[in-house]
Amino acid sequence: MSTVTGADLERPASEPPTRRISLSRRIKDNVATVLVSLAFLIAVVPLVWVLVTVVSRGAPALFSADWWGTSLSGILPEEYEGGVYHAIYGTLIQALIATVIAVPIGILAAIYLVEYGRGALARTTSFMVDILAGVPSIVAALFVFAAFISILGAPQSAFMVSLALVLLMLPVVIRNTEEMLRLVPDRLRESAYALGIPKWKTILRIVLPTAFSGTVTGVMLAIARIMGETAPVLVLVGYSRAINYDPFQGNMASLPLLMYSELSNPEAAGQYRIWGAALTLIIIIMIFQVGASLLSRFSAIPK
Amino acid sequence: MSERIEQRAPGSEGEEDPIVPSSSPVPESTPRRAPSSRRGESVFRFLASGSGVLVVAAIALIGLFLLIQAVPSLMANNANFFTSPEFSTGDANNLSFGIRDLFLVTVFSSVFALVLAMPVALGVALFLTNYAPKQLSRPFAYVVDLLAAVPSIIYGLWGILVLAPAIEPIARWLNTNLGWIFLFRTGNLPVLSGTIFTGGVVLAVMILPIITAVSREVFAQTPRFQIEAAKALGATRWEVIRMATLPYGRSGYIAGSMLGLGRALGETIAVLIVIRASTSPMTFSLFDGGYTFASLIASAASEFSQPLPTGAYISAGLVLFVLTFVVNALARVIAGGKVNG
Repeated sequence: MSTVTGADLERPASEPPTRRISLSRRIKDNVATVLVSLAFLIAVVPLVWVLVTVVSRGAPALFSADWWGTSLSGILPEEYEGGVYHAIYGTLIQALIATVIAVPIGILAAIYLVEYGRGALARTTSFMVDILAGVPSIVAALFVFAAFISILGAPQSAFMVSLALVLLMLPVVIRNTEEMLRLVPDRLRESAYALGIPKWKTILRIVLPTAFSGTVTGVMLAIARIMGETAPVLVLVGYSRAINYDPFQGNMASLPLLMYSELSNPEAAGQYRIWGAALTLIIIIMIFQVGASLLSRFSAIPK
Repeated sequence: MSERIEQRAPGSEGEEDPIVPSSSPVPESTPRRAPSSRRGESVFRFLASGSGVLVVAAIALIGLFLLIQAVPSLMANNANFFTSPEFSTGDANNLSFGIRDLFLVTVFSSVFALVLAMPVALGVALFLTNYAPKQLSRPFAYVVDLLAAVPSIIYGLWGILVLAPAIEPIARWLNTNLGWIFLFRTGNLPVLSGTIFTGGVVLAVMILPIITAVSREVFAQTPRFQIEAAKALGATRWEVIRMATLPYGRSGYIAGSMLGLGRALGETIAVLIVIRASTSPMTFSLFDGGYTFASLIASAASEFSQPLPTGAYISAGLVLFVLTFVVNALARVIAGGKVNG
């Protein structure tokens, strides 16, 4: 029986729990930390590796005088000349047409899911959006081929590619818009109803403008995603080494298609053009990606 | 005039109201805004639900049109569609095609990619949610997302021209030392690069971002009180993960992996560029070559002119569609309400 002295009261009754962590638990904790950090490094390696490869091999082409302003029309396979503006045009116009079709449908479908959708149809729609997001691009391309080219007899063209891209773009636009619409506080909707404004006007004038920049971000991300798609252009349009401005008829190049067709070029100039086009494509996609993330800084919705 | 207004006033269910034909001009005065609004409302509602229905219809039509185009070729097929390893469509009058090897190569490359990507994605997701400093977590996540922004054709080029030579020594080592396991024995290709093994590594890189993104999102939703309760019991950081984060996020992680599997099954151009074609049948080795559903279709795309041979490829596309449909549907069911996208 020891008497309690002042010094004893100063001391904690038990040792702090952290000291009692056993060696095995500490080892496990440290091993987990190491493994988890390692996993992140492993994930970064391929990204850096791919980017370094593309930039180092593609840069020479981009600095040549003709790269941005001419096509490959009349250039021999072994010549280090010509440019890819015909392919850049194709990539951009196909993405543009797809965007013009997909964005209104996508935004309306998102409005349906958020503002109107109740019951079985809404659940089915939401489910099918997920399924559509998982449809491989080659299947979307085959569908357009089967429906429009085989059965309706339309010719192969850049427009067919755009139709396939619409299918790939829709789920991204719908999901992003949906998320943005759900962030719009109900307070705003209820204030509008209280003023006697009908629902559709509330959506068009209040809800959509509030969610606008977030929606645009989603659209830009969707565009970035579809511009690199190769499967639809392989199936739905022929390759052309010269510029073709008409998306409704004739062959049209695009950056992925140009890269794919130069793969069968055994000359060293083929490699030069492949990596040059790869870097060009990455730069265009990055412009959209960076634009999207800059926009999303302004997309904060008042809570 | 006043009579009209009275008739409209009592109820808002005026759709059957004979006095509001769509062609009647509506003067710009306040009491009259109701009918035009009502019409606006119904038009807008129709457009919105129409777009929703369009998505459902798109999926149904994809299945339907692929089926319509595939059936004549399937009827004309001389080989067993499910068990034949050959796919010869050169002679339109003597089609014989089967999907055995396509299925095997598709599944082997995708599952191998999944086996490689799942642990790494789990680690990355945990790193981003539980380990990375708060300010760095978002930029780090953005870096991983950038992996998804690189077009697949660039992964294909990188895979065959840069990665394949670099990982060939690993393939050679596995083949020499573990060749007694059927997965690592010498396959139907004379070389060890451009195999299912190489393709699987490339696919693993490509599906890493989606698995990570979905897992990260679910892990971040782990209820705070569970984490704090674990901490109050003196749990280490790893124990918090094991007791709170993983049990809560398991379904999301599995769902994300299924989405990744779906991506790998349908990946076209990277696989077409990386995995070499082989003339002999699949031997169940990772060092085999061959075509997946998607890469076979893409490889033949320039020859889609005669309906019957084209139908053979479309039937392969139909199987791929059904396969990815099932995998994605499963992912959604497993995730429950936790995953959006």
